[in-house]
Amino acid sequence: MQAKKRYLLLVFVSCAFLAYCYFGGYRLKSNYAYIEEELFSFVDLNSLQGLTGSVGAARLKGRINSNSGEMCRMETCFDFSRCLGSFKVFVYTPDDSTSPSGSYQKLLNVITESRYYTSDPKEACLFVLSMDTLDRDRLSPDYARNLQTRLHRLPHWNNGLNHVIFNLYSGTWPNYTEQNLDFDYGLAILAKASMSQRHVRAGFDVSFPLFHKGHAEKGGEPGSVVSNTFPLQKSYLLAFKGKRYVHGIGSDTRNSLHHLHNGQDMIMVTTCRHGKSWRDMQDERCDQDNKDYDKYDYNILLHNSTFCLVPRGRRLGSYRFLEVLQAGCIPVLLSNGWALPFAEVIDWNQAVIWADERLLLQVPSIVRSVTPDRILKLRQQSQTIWERYFSSIEKIIYTTLEIIRERLPEQPIRDGSTWNTLPGALLTLPTFSDVQEDFPSPRTVEDAFTAVIYCQMGSTPTPLSSLHRLVTNVVKSRYISGVVIVWASEKRTPSRSRWPVLPSNISFHIVQTSADESISQRFRPLAEIKTSAVLSLDEDTVLTTDEIDFAFVVWQRFPDRIVGYPARSHYWDDSKATWGYTSKWTNDYSIVLTGAAFYHKYYNVLYTEWLSPLLHKTVEQSQNCEDILMNFLVSHITRRPPIKVTQRKQYKDQPISGGRSPWNDPDHFVQRQTCLNTFAAVFGYMPLLRSNLRLDPVLFKDPVSNKRKKYRRIELVGS
Amino acid sequence: MKLSFMLQRAPYHYGNLVVYKTFFIILFVVLVISTVFVFTIYFSGLSKNQVVHFSKISLNIAKAPVIEVKTSSVSKTRNANCTHWDCFDIYKCGHTGHERISVYVYPIKKYVDSDRTPATLTFSKEYFELIKTVVNSKYYTTNPKEACIFIPSIDTLNQETINTNITSFALRMLPFWNNGSNHIIFNMLGGSTSEMSTVIDLDIENAIIAAANFDTYSYRRNFDIAIPLFSPVAKLAVRNDLFMERNWYITSSQLGIDPYYLDELQKLSYQQNNMFLLLDACQNHNYTSRCEINSGKFYLYPQILRESTFCLIFRGEHIGQFTLLEAMAANCIPVIVMNSVIMPFDSVIDWKRAAVFIMEDYLNTLVNVLQKISAKRRDKMRQSIKFYYDSYLSSMGKIALTTLDILQDRIYPHWCKMYDDWNLSSSERKKNPLFMPHTAPKSHGFTAVILTYDRVESLFTLIRRISKVPSLMKILVVWNNQKKNPPPLSDFPKVQKPVKIIRTRHNKLSNRFVPYKEIETEAILHIDDDIVMLTADELEFAYEVWREFPDRIVGFPSRIHTWDNNTQSWKYESEWTNEISMVLTGAAFLHKYWSYMYTKILTPEIKDWVDENMNCEDIAMNFLVANITNQPPIKVTPRKKFKCPECTNNEMLSADMGHMIERSQCVDRFAKIFGTMPLQSVEFRADPVLFKDPFPEKLKRFNDIGSL
Repeated sequence: MQAKKRYLLLVFVSCAFLAYCYFGGYRLKSNYAYIEEELFSFVDLNSLQGLTGSVGAARLKGRINSNSGEMCRMETCFDFSRCLGSFKVFVYTPDDSTSPSGSYQKLLNVITESRYYTSDPKEACLFVLSMDTLDRDRLSPDYARNLQTRLHRLPHWNNGLNHVIFNLYSGTWPNYTEQNLDFDYGLAILAKASMSQRHVRAGFDVSFPLFHKGHAEKGGEPGSVVSNTFPLQKSYLLAFKGKRYVHGIGSDTRNSLHHLHNGQDMIMVTTCRHGKSWRDMQDERCDQDNKDYDKYDYNILLHNSTFCLVPRGRRLGSYRFLEVLQAGCIPVLLSNGWALPFAEVIDWNQAVIWADERLLLQVPSIVRSVTPDRILKLRQQSQTIWERYFSSIEKIIYTTLEIIRERLPEQPIRDGSTWNTLPGALLTLPTFSDVQEDFPSPRTVEDAFTAVIYCQMGSTPTPLSSLHRLVTNVVKSRYISGVVIVWASEKRTPSRSRWPVLPSNISFHIVQTSADESISQRFRPLAEIKTSAVLSLDEDTVLTTDEIDFAFVVWQRFPDRIVGYPARSHYWDDSKATWGYTSKWTNDYSIVLTGAAFYHKYYNVLYTEWLSPLLHKTVEQSQNCEDILMNFLVSHITRRPPIKVTQRKQYKDQPISGGRSPWNDPDHFVQRQTCLNTFAAVFGYMPLLRSNLRLDPVLFKDPVSNKRKKYRRIELVGS
Repeated sequence: MKLSFMLQRAPYHYGNLVVYKTFFIILFVVLVISTVFVFTIYFSGLSKNQVVHFSKISLNIAKAPVIEVKTSSVSKTRNANCTHWDCFDIYKCGHTGHERISVYVYPIKKYVDSDRTPATLTFSKEYFELIKTVVNSKYYTTNPKEACIFIPSIDTLNQETINTNITSFALRMLPFWNNGSNHIIFNMLGGSTSEMSTVIDLDIENAIIAAANFDTYSYRRNFDIAIPLFSPVAKLAVRNDLFMERNWYITSSQLGIDPYYLDELQKLSYQQNNMFLLLDACQNHNYTSRCEINSGKFYLYPQILRESTFCLIFRGEHIGQFTLLEAMAANCIPVIVMNSVIMPFDSVIDWKRAAVFIMEDYLNTLVNVLQKISAKRRDKMRQSIKFYYDSYLSSMGKIALTTLDILQDRIYPHWCKMYDDWNLSSSERKKNPLFMPHTAPKSHGFTAVILTYDRVESLFTLIRRISKVPSLMKILVVWNNQKKNPPPLSDFPKVQKPVKIIRTRHNKLSNRFVPYKEIETEAILHIDDDIVMLTADELEFAYEVWREFPDRIVGFPSRIHTWDNNTQSWKYESEWTNEISMVLTGAAFLHKYWSYMYTKILTPEIKDWVDENMNCEDIAMNFLVANITNQPPIKVTPRKKFKCPECTNNEMLSADMGHMIERSQCVDRFAKIFGTMPLQSVEFRADPVLFKDPFPEKLKRFNDIGSL
């Protein structure tokens, strides 16, 4: 008995010991935890002294002042003193010898029509050449000659200081050397396409997109993705159709693409049939390739493929990149070392797939492994980037200029979130605010509004007048925080005692403007407007408090849109090939009149400070259409239609915001129609969008007790 | 088992004791022998083991073997033109089968030259932590043959503690060196102060440098990795209450800054009283004490940084400055006064979110620039600083892992993290996945998905009715009854639109949200088999509304959630209220993406509960969509009654009560699982533009809109 117990104990002890050894007890032997305590830090902080050098040594260390331009940085090759306070761009007057190419002419037009432009070289921060530098391939017909001598004749050249040089093609056959522009650009900033990451001078050059001759000057084609089908099902997974070069630089990648072709969901077709003497250079694959090549149509492939291959050509970039982006086909890049356009601010990881030329054969498996979720994201983002930064030369130039502007001292900046989310940096003025929450977005939180009443006729607010009643109704709203009267009449401003008595917590301001100023002043970003929400009103608008309250709670859910009552519609008149405007009762609408509408106060800033002067001039000349322009602006930013809310019916079906121009005046309509077409021309496209719905209170006109209803007065018929 | 059996029987057979005795002795002997065997293997074959079985490297520094390095005068320098595309051997990656980089760490050894001069004076705590983190990370591999990245175990953090010549040769002796390609050299303090160089002076050929000292001239973009200069004392300054008042506006605490800067700062501080705190070393110098420049007042460092809103960081002898991490730990917004600087992890971190940049020559604009920053922006920056510091910068381990994460993204870019993943904290990262602003094209139409069990009559009526909706493309009947076969297709009503039947394996409510591949449209009309009162105009109009809000639930039956103060729980209500927060999927349009999300992403806790209790799948869907989009659903048209009119009221009432209690429990339970109440309520519904307007009915596009 005793012996057995002893043996048993022995067995257990040895088992336990074995288990201890097996499960890592021995590790205690190499107790590095103990050793770690004994180790010293990599630096003895107490021995640090700071600088040992002479005055300014540290500051000047690493600063390479050189006139070669190769080592240029903003600090060394740019004169900031020209840019203090403002950021203006000067364009040289063209010399008569040669006219620039179409693309360059468009580029110059965009700058001269923009708010950046100045005609005075003294106040200019940046200088843009009038000589065409887009194509610097000697073999090209657009190649401008004698550039060097012409440059030196320029009065402000100064070895390129503060100049921007736009370039799409550099180098020539056979080497296509990237830096070879065939002239000495000195200290100028290069905005250049097809740059390689190695040659971009950090924070100095701007990588630029390569675009077609036919690229729109303004507006531009919208992205072709119209739906978010999920999961995305396209006929092809990956497609490519293009030239290949049998020999020479950049030919390897395209020459081996045929390995990926499977004729089913991977379509890789190339041809060597280009140039005059392709027969001399052809290899054994050319004939077969040409046959396959003719089977497929480029545009059909582009629009019916989930991914599109964007391999390098002779140069790193290609037209294909922007075409693919527009088509909503996710780019798969095969161009090692390419600095993507505007990579300084755009996070391309959200819109493209990088592949490696060295791992060409892995491309199919890479593409197949992308999840439907990621595809959804990539596709939407590629469209966003296309529409916000690339679809027109205007956007491309503005983006370039904004990138340079943000590098200057004391200029407000925008972080990557702003650049890479809607509505994009070009429509987000950093002077308005430096936090995203202040801009209109579905996340905006605001619980009060300011009513801005535009008085043009100058009628005195007697107790029975519509203006008096309007103010009374407005201040009864639960959400009102202040009233601002914009007095735009020759008549004297009525004294304070004439106006209705306001509760003390509601501020009241009268802003006097002269009658001959533009009607656009109703949208001036006044300091008196403290809330994000603005209720814009005409003096003769008839609204009950219920209507105002309801519209405001709707606006709280759609702070980025115009929310209002009377709506209008635009249509395309095919017979006259113009846009038409109608105020008839229709089943849909695209404009909400700002005689009675809520919108975000940021749009006042954009309207006044961002819109092209041409648009302001149109409004000023006609003293009309300011509301259409506001609708253009907001739809341009949000790409969504405005929102109409329900409105009390009137006995006499009188127009709400008539008055200042007789409603039955045919001139009025003609004028508005003209405006519509002028605006569409300046914007470069028709931004207005249609909506089919109206928002009503949940129990609107339901046959239930009126007492249950929160907004019951909307259902009453007014007088 | 067997042993215990024998033990039980033992007492009854005393004579067998001898047998047991021998048995135990043999057992014991066997155990002893195996123990001895294990130990022999462990102690004798350690080094051998590493090669054969690729065990983890030993982290025992004290026992590191000593290796003699043969030096010569031939030197190879750093290849300044390296890019990822030519110096990095991509073919070494991808041998493991999974799409993850594998990192090999060389065994720790001491390198000496023929005169016994060591290559590195010390093995620092920081480098040890770095190696330890890598070895314990998911990227680590013990097999150098399948490794894609190599990390030498030679501590190169501080150039002053190493003999660059011997170290260069030691590196070249590494068995897989191969001109340095795919190797990472970590360096905190590098470059010689006398010369212009900002890179560690080692002959590292094609190796990647992860250093804290890059400027735009020395940094090889998309190849090198900029890391922060780690400050061992930064953790002393950590501050967690982000929004407390701070006594000082601008603090300069860097030791011995350039007199040029000091002059400028003094000038500025004369103009602006009490804004500046200018610190430098005290008489008895100690890193953790600082004195005010003019008054000599003593401050504890880096704790004093907690008291300041902005902290200045100047270019010194090195570009990397300890002050950066110290300031970030203290949640003091760094103001970087360094031209051409490459900030830590600049390829992924958007420093504009967390720091202010001032050009060296424009230090006089400092106060102007800082005062233009709004209070809201400052709060945002503080949050970003905390996020960056906690996730990427606070320890050597985090720095090492972030470096490897960046390499991982570079080598497998199609899996890479995007801007939001790197720069936004998880609470900010919520973004509507259907963010493209657009009205869905009308031509695509929608698919009706009808979940049915056995109400064939009602199903047929419904099919007949909805087939008249112009935009309907296809009807999908989900037959949820496993005991009964669905009626043959020939018995189905003859309609113009294709009808498909899907038989399910289990009678689960979740079956209605399966993203069947038969659904080819974006829009799905989820409809119960007994909702037969909706007119074609109503459905078509609802589809129009969905087209304008394709990311939302758009439908007819609406409900509201309310907070019950008595029971301290959420309640579900179907009363006719002025507000709605849910639209039930008994008759609603949804994007197909939400079906996918319900099936793939919704927490199993909710999904299982729904399937077990056969209830609340519609509430779960409302929670899911509201939680992701942060948007309320949209109710269309006045329609509110959906029950069959012939059902008697009394029976329904009691059933209703139980039903309502159960639904309330659902809302409450889901809110707890989500950890928040995502539902949002609104006071509006969508009607056709001319709804109830005094206008000829036949000119209205949707005139057959039912009343209730």
